[in-house]
Amino acid sequence: MNDGIAVAIRRSVKITLDGKEVAAPEGSSILQTCRSHGIDIPTLCYLENLTPVNTCRLCMVEVEGSRTLVPSCSRKIESGMVIRTDSQRVSDSRKMVLELLASSVDMSIVSPELGAWMERYQVDKERFGPLAAPSQIGDRGKTRAGHHHKNDGTIAATVAEPTRVDNNQYVRDYSRCVLCYRCVEACGTDAQNTFAIALGGRGFEAHITTEFDVALPESACVYCGNCVAVCPTNALMFKIEHDLRQVSKWDESKQTITRTICPYCGVGCNLEIHEQDNRIVKVTSPLDHDVTHGMLCVKGRFGFEFING
Amino acid sequence: MDLRTSGGPASAKEKEAVDSVISKLEKPSSVETNGKIAHVSHGIPFDNKGGQRDLLLPALHAIQERIGWISHGALDYLSLQLGVPPAETYGVASFYAMFSLEETPSTVIHACDDIACRAAKNADPAAFMNDKYGEPNSDLNGLMWIRSPCLGRCEEGSAALVQRAGEPHRRILLAPVDASSLADEMRKPSDQWTSTDSARVPQRGTDASALRLLKRVGVVDPLSIDSYRSHGGYEPLRRALDIGPENVIREIKDAKLMGRGGAAFPTAVKWESVARNSVRPHYFVCNADESEPGTFKDRVIMEQDPFSIVEGLTIAGFATGSEKGYIYIRGEYPLGEERISNAVSMAMKKGLLGRNIMGRGFDFDIEVRRGAGAYIAGEETALFNSIEGKRAEPRNKPPFPAQAGLFNKPTGVNNVETLINVLEILSIGGPDFAQIGTPDSTGTRLFCLSGSVNNPGLYEAPFGIKLGELLDMAGGITAGKALKTILLGGAAGSFVGPDQLDIRLSFEGVRAAGVTLGSGVIMVFDQDADMDQVILRIAQFFREESCGQCVPCRVGTQRLEELLTRIVNGTTMGSRNDELALLGKVSTVMRESSICGLGQTAANAVESAFKLGLAGG
Repeated sequence: MNDGIAVAIRRSVKITLDGKEVAAPEGSSILQTCRSHGIDIPTLCYLENLTPVNTCRLCMVEVEGSRTLVPSCSRKIESGMVIRTDSQRVSDSRKMVLELLASSVDMSIVSPELGAWMERYQVDKERFGPLAAPSQIGDRGKTRAGHHHKNDGTIAATVAEPTRVDNNQYVRDYSRCVLCYRCVEACGTDAQNTFAIALGGRGFEAHITTEFDVALPESACVYCGNCVAVCPTNALMFKIEHDLRQVSKWDESKQTITRTICPYCGVGCNLEIHEQDNRIVKVTSPLDHDVTHGMLCVKGRFGFEFING
Repeated sequence: MDLRTSGGPASAKEKEAVDSVISKLEKPSSVETNGKIAHVSHGIPFDNKGGQRDLLLPALHAIQERIGWISHGALDYLSLQLGVPPAETYGVASFYAMFSLEETPSTVIHACDDIACRAAKNADPAAFMNDKYGEPNSDLNGLMWIRSPCLGRCEEGSAALVQRAGEPHRRILLAPVDASSLADEMRKPSDQWTSTDSARVPQRGTDASALRLLKRVGVVDPLSIDSYRSHGGYEPLRRALDIGPENVIREIKDAKLMGRGGAAFPTAVKWESVARNSVRPHYFVCNADESEPGTFKDRVIMEQDPFSIVEGLTIAGFATGSEKGYIYIRGEYPLGEERISNAVSMAMKKGLLGRNIMGRGFDFDIEVRRGAGAYIAGEETALFNSIEGKRAEPRNKPPFPAQAGLFNKPTGVNNVETLINVLEILSIGGPDFAQIGTPDSTGTRLFCLSGSVNNPGLYEAPFGIKLGELLDMAGGITAGKALKTILLGGAAGSFVGPDQLDIRLSFEGVRAAGVTLGSGVIMVFDQDADMDQVILRIAQFFREESCGQCVPCRVGTQRLEELLTRIVNGTTMGSRNDELALLGKVSTVMRESSICGLGQTAANAVESAFKLGLAGG
């Protein structure tokens, strides 16, 4: 009678977590296990609805027997693993990763959790010297791989450049881009399968780009906005929010969020309508929603102007 | 899938270049274009698993060498042919230093600007190019010069790689050159450029009987399979086929062979886990992406004894039950690639590759792949990505290659030097091989001696030889000079002082001394060397070669370069000790939290230089 019914029986694995023996389902990541045991681990590139790319190296933990620290987001637990999440070694690494990031990327508008972690690790963004001024749009992308401009070391190189405003739906401020790969994943196989953007260049000049850096209207972008939804640092921002912020009128304390179902088709995507001053300013979808997993299409995401109008 | 393109049409020549690579294989069943939207029907999944995406690099090479640069139209055309989104193709092309995405003069000279050429007796190529032609990257009547990382001609110094695009197109690695000899050469038609393939193996003249791995170098005709066979070639494969895969692995185990690529992992363990994996197919990859500054050993083998690599890989394929082998050769080694390719096709003709090898029912093919200017592609999982037509970004491990490697299948991967050791093991037997060297480091090792020694070149010595003995073999320090320091193991290795010549060059010997053998680099610096500039160059090297994927390496290598620049220029933030403390913190996070070995080792040499008091005044 079990034909066609997958009965998932997950064995339980015993590990030692910060000195305590705990059991967790086989196949869980260290991060999942920690979070289900109330241990706070900072993450940046990780998002539960995307494939872990483990590039930010913020969620590193100590695993006994491993020469280096281990990314908790992608490493699965194994029976007998001894994990430390609170050692000096771990917090030194996290502090330095955040400082390396903050010294090169504008992290002034980040999620409250990330802000709290930056405070916890007392991040000093000028630790490597005063930050370099913005470059021209597109300059960083033109550098031939392996041939960078050398500076005299007295200022810290940054990824700063002006915001790209080339369409009415969202803007791209790569000064804030931490290269978490989330937008590329959301645009690609993890959600949209549009592949309008990719990682270009190499090393410190690596950047998110369309082919030959063409403007979004010329690219394959379909304006689903899923890249904006997953961006952790507001490098990608809806145009309405960007415009309101430009005139200091973006105010989350004045916003209400109403949950509803998208009226455009029969799929049943959940929408969260963000409203401020009697105007819709943003549409998102909950990450934990079975249908959308946080992703929407252009209609659900942007098809509200007629209401505001 | 639908692909949207944004460029103009490709020229006929650009299309021809792409078709020369892709038309050999099945093309997409249809490419219907409607304005800028194309529907590409491949019958393959979106992410190209099992598709033809692995032809991306070969096709980019074809455009680059015929046209001289990759235009937007050419990139779009290639993307449509392979069903790869243009943004991804662009991401791949812009990752590699040998691809140009803007119009570039047809002749590009990559002048070596790395530590070995700077330290060699001859003139520093980047310096003389700068004197003669001015700043790099500008168009000088159809010619452009750019600075290059190590080109693997360190034993001669003054190396330059020339890429000439068009018909005919050519790549050539020249050394030693100076400004005028290079200019003379460039005036000739490219088919008259003469390759200097001299292999400096000084032991050949004095102590040839000591050579095991290098026994055929300079003796056989590298183009002739008959010559190879008359010098013992293909006897090891015959023996392997006689004794069967399990016994081949047992011989390797008895020999206690450890990988020569840098990580010193037991080869038999690796082979066994591939062989036992029930997932099919299996692949075996020969890593010939030698790019560690100061290293040239694999190039010499490829150029002088190419059949040995083909045979070694064939045996590895047999032992691990692999269906197909790949040899990934760095793009800076045109002669090595030419000779390996020739060896593969000769072996195919003689029934030593392909179906039913030696009439024994074993099938194995080898494909040669060319790198495109990325040190990181030598990291094994980055190398898989590169073969698969992706950016050479290392993968997180686990899973290890034996579980999920190339095309996510069980894959064995070994360095060139490891594979040719297999021939020796099958010739003399594992137990006898284990008698050579020390109990824990068996066999011989290739050492790349360069810099201030009288006889730079490639040396072979049993593990356990003292560093000083090896220097003596190379004729000692250049006359009239005093030894300042030796870089051991390459840019990812470390500096040792003149008082450390008793270090035994074995895995356990270097471990005890807190250093590494790395890729066998022994680069000698005398009292005149400007060590500030040497360590700054090493930091710049890693800064330029970091793939950029993870934060500790991407930003860490940048900060390390800035920090060293401040120390060298005397513009420290706070005191020198403050800077050294910061250096310690940055290098710790790089070592502890980078994804791969590049970031984990990038600060080693720099830190060792400070410990020895070599740098920063």
